[in-house]
Amino acid sequence: MDGAGLQLAVRMTGVSKSFGGVQALGDVSLAVRAGEIHALLGGNGAGKSTILKILRGVHAPTSGSIEVLGKTLDAHTTDESKRAGIAMIFQEMSLVPTLTVAQNIFLNQEIKGPFGFIDDREAVRRARELFKSLDVDVDPHALAGDLGAGQRQLTEIVKAISQNARVLVLDEPSTALSAHDVDRLFAFLRRLKDDGVAIIYVSHRMDEIMRIADRATILRDGRHIITAPLSELTLTSIIQHIVGRDSKGLTGITRTNTRQEQVLLELTNVSGAAKPRNLSLQLHAGEVLGIAGLLGSGRSAIARLLFGIDKVVSGEVRVAGALVALNSPKDAIALGIALIPEDRLRQGVIIEHSVSDNLALSVFERISSGGWISARKQSDLAGDKIGGLKIKTASPSAAVRTLSGGNQQKVVLGKWLASDPRIIVLDEPTAGIDIGSKSEIIQLIRTLAEQGKGIIVISSELNELLAACDRILVMSDGRLAKEIPREALFPGVAAASDESMQQAEHMLQEAIQEVRIHV
Amino acid sequence: MSDTAARLQRSPFGDWRQYIIYLGFLGVFVLFAVTLGHKGFLDTNNLLNIVRQTAMIAIMAVAMTYVLAAGEIDLSIGAVAGLASVAAAMGMDFGGLPFGVLCGLATGLLVGTINGLLTTRLGIPSFLTTLAMMGVAKGTAMWVSGTKAIPILSSAYAYMFGGGNVGPVPLLLFWMLAIGAIGHIVLRKTTFGRWVLATGGSETAARYSGLKTGNIKFQVLIISSMAAAFAGMLYAGRFQTGRFQLGEGDELSVIAAAVLGGTSLFGGKGTVIGSIIGALMIGLINNGLILAGLEFSQQLIARGGIIILAVAISQNRRT
Repeated sequence: MDGAGLQLAVRMTGVSKSFGGVQALGDVSLAVRAGEIHALLGGNGAGKSTILKILRGVHAPTSGSIEVLGKTLDAHTTDESKRAGIAMIFQEMSLVPTLTVAQNIFLNQEIKGPFGFIDDREAVRRARELFKSLDVDVDPHALAGDLGAGQRQLTEIVKAISQNARVLVLDEPSTALSAHDVDRLFAFLRRLKDDGVAIIYVSHRMDEIMRIADRATILRDGRHIITAPLSELTLTSIIQHIVGRDSKGLTGITRTNTRQEQVLLELTNVSGAAKPRNLSLQLHAGEVLGIAGLLGSGRSAIARLLFGIDKVVSGEVRVAGALVALNSPKDAIALGIALIPEDRLRQGVIIEHSVSDNLALSVFERISSGGWISARKQSDLAGDKIGGLKIKTASPSAAVRTLSGGNQQKVVLGKWLASDPRIIVLDEPTAGIDIGSKSEIIQLIRTLAEQGKGIIVISSELNELLAACDRILVMSDGRLAKEIPREALFPGVAAASDESMQQAEHMLQEAIQEVRIHV
Repeated sequence: MSDTAARLQRSPFGDWRQYIIYLGFLGVFVLFAVTLGHKGFLDTNNLLNIVRQTAMIAIMAVAMTYVLAAGEIDLSIGAVAGLASVAAAMGMDFGGLPFGVLCGLATGLLVGTINGLLTTRLGIPSFLTTLAMMGVAKGTAMWVSGTKAIPILSSAYAYMFGGGNVGPVPLLLFWMLAIGAIGHIVLRKTTFGRWVLATGGSETAARYSGLKTGNIKFQVLIISSMAAAFAGMLYAGRFQTGRFQLGEGDELSVIAAAVLGGTSLFGGKGTVIGSIIGALMIGLINNGLILAGLEFSQQLIARGGIIILAVAISQNRRT
C-alpha cells in the first residue's frame, strides 16, 4: 500500500513497447494516485508520449499490465480506456469550431427533451452550472472557434469532466496560454484534484511543475528513472535525471571559429504584435547563432518576423548595415534571407513533387528563359544539390514523400541554398530526424558558416544547439533573457567530449528554466 | 481573431451575412414585382408555377444541406433523379403503382449505398465517387430505357407525385414543405443532425468525441440519393413519363441553392430553410429572366452572374 493511503488511480507495471524492433519503452512503471497531480517528465524521445498512448489505448504494450481504478485494461482500445475514466486533453483537438461551447461539451451525450429532441437550452443551463461549479468563466453560447486559447483549454477539460473522467492527462497544456490563463488553469486543476481526480501533467516548464505537481516520474530513453514527491526534487536534480549522460553522438562535429567582422543582420529593439518584445541582436557573417527557450517563449516568432510573415511593429532591422522593411517573404528572399521552417512537410516542401522540382522551386526564374524551364539547367542544379548535400534518393525524379525525414530536410535546405541566401534561419532543423542525419545536418550548418553565411538555429534540442552554435540566446516570454557565448558553456575545452557536452547541456537547461522562474 | 469574435458578439445582429439570402430573396422578388409586374410575374398562377418548377430542386437541396454540412458533396443527384424516374416508370408498367414507387425508392437506396461504401470504406473522396456515379447512373438509365421516354399511365401516380393540385395549390408544394420541415427539425433538433454538423465542422474533433464519422457520412450520402430518387419520381409524375434526361444538371442548381442559403461548402454549417429559400430564389430568377424575354443563352449568363454575386456576399470571410 502506498503511504499516503490514497487510492491508486493508474497503475502501469513493467510496461514495454517496441516498434518494429526498436524499443521505445522498457519496463516502465507509472503509478498515479487519485487526487494528485503527477508530473511526467523527460526529454524528446524519452517515451512520454508512448506511455500516454498506451494508457489511452492507442497502442497495445508489448508487455506489462495496466490498471485503472482497480480495473485491469486488457483490450487496449481507446474505447476501453475512455470507459475506464481516462481522458486526454488535446490541444484544440476535440472541439468542433462551428458548434457552440455547450453543444461541444455535450457532443455525443446530448441532453434530450420530450420527443427525443435535443434540448439545447438545458445543455446551456448545465454547461453554465458546470462552469460555475468549477469557477470558470466561459460563455456557453460562444462558438468554440471564437474562443481564446485559454478558454478553449478550459472547455476541453470541462467537457472531459462532464463525461466523468477520473484520470486527466494534460500534455503541455500551458503552451498557448497567457500567465493569467495559466493561473486560472492551475486553480481549476487544484479543484479537480480536491474532487479526487488524478491528473497526469506533461510539461517542459519546470517552474510550472514546481508550482502544481505533487509527485513526478522522470523517463529517459524509454526507461523509468525516478518517481518522487516534488518536495524531494530540486530543479538541478530534475534536470540531471532528464539529461542523463548521453551526448547523443553529436560530439564529432568539426568546428572552427569562422566568425567574420561584418554584421549581416542587426535587430534593434524589435517587437512583433505579441512576440518578440524589444529584441536586439547581431548576427555576424560566418556565425551560427542559437536561439533557445521553451515552447511559447517567442523562438519561432523571431523566425516568422525575419521572414516577413509576422509584422515588425516597432524597432529597426538592418541587413548588411542597411535599414530594411520586411513586409512579406518576398522581401526577405530579395534580401537574401531564407527560412527553413519547423513544419517542413507543410511549409518547406511539396511532398508529392519530385526532389528535382522541389530543389528548383524557389529559383525557377533563374533556370528558365522566356517562361520555359531549361531541363538541362534544372537537372544540373538537382545533381549539384543532391551530391553536395548527400541526399539519399532513388533518383532526382522520385517524390519527396518517398525520402526519409532527414533527407526531406536536406531537400528543404537545398531548395533554399539554390537561391544563395546570405542569412539562413533554421527552425527546429532536426525535428523527427534520425541521429545520423542529425549530425550530417549540423555539419552542413557549420560548413555554410565557413562559407561566410550568417545562420540562426532555433531549437528545443539543446545538444543540437551546443553542437552547432557559436553563441546562444535564451528567450523567455518574448524577451531576450540571456546571452551565452559558447566558451561559457565549454570552459577551457577545445573539442566537445561526451562529458563536457553533458555538462554544457545541463548548464543551458538550467539557464532556460531559471529565466522563466525569474521573469 | 479574438478581436473579431468580440466584435461579433457585441453586434446586435450577430453575423449579418447569415441573413443575406432572405434579404436577397426579398430584393429579387420586389425587383421583379416592380419591373415585371405588368408581364404577369405576380399572377398567382405564375407564382405557383415557380413552386412547381423548383420543388424538386428544393427537396434535393434539403438533402444536400446534410451532405455539405458533413463535409462531403454529391454530384450524382441529377443523374440519380433521371434513373429513378425510369425505374419508377418501368416498375409501374411491370407491377403496378406500389411496385413502381418501390423501384424508384430502391434506386436511391442502392446508389446511396454504393456512394457511401466507396466514400467511407474505400476512402475515395465523395467528389470522385459521385462524379463517377453520375456517369454510371445516367448510362444505366439510358441503357434500360433504350434512351426512350417511358410513359406513366397511372393517373393516381401522376396526381400524388408531382402533377396533382389541391384547389389551386400544387401537391408539390406540400411535398416540399413536409420534407423541408422534417429536414429542418432533424438537422436542428436531433442527435443525428448535430453529429452531421460536428463531423463537417471538424472530423478529428468529432472522432475524438467518440462519433462514428464514417457511418454519419454514409447515412448522409444515402439520404442524398434517396432525396434525388424521390425528386426523380416527382419529375416522372409531373411529366407522366420516366426519362433519363429528367433532373439532368440539377446538381449544380442544388449545390448553388444550398450555398446561397448559407450552407458551407467546407462543412460544419448548414441550414435547411436557407437551402429551400435558395432553391426558390433560383426558380425566381429563372422565371424572371424568362418573363423579361431573355434568350436561353442570356439567361444562363445572367443566372451565373447573380449566383456568383450572391455567394460572394454570403460567404463567411472569417474562415
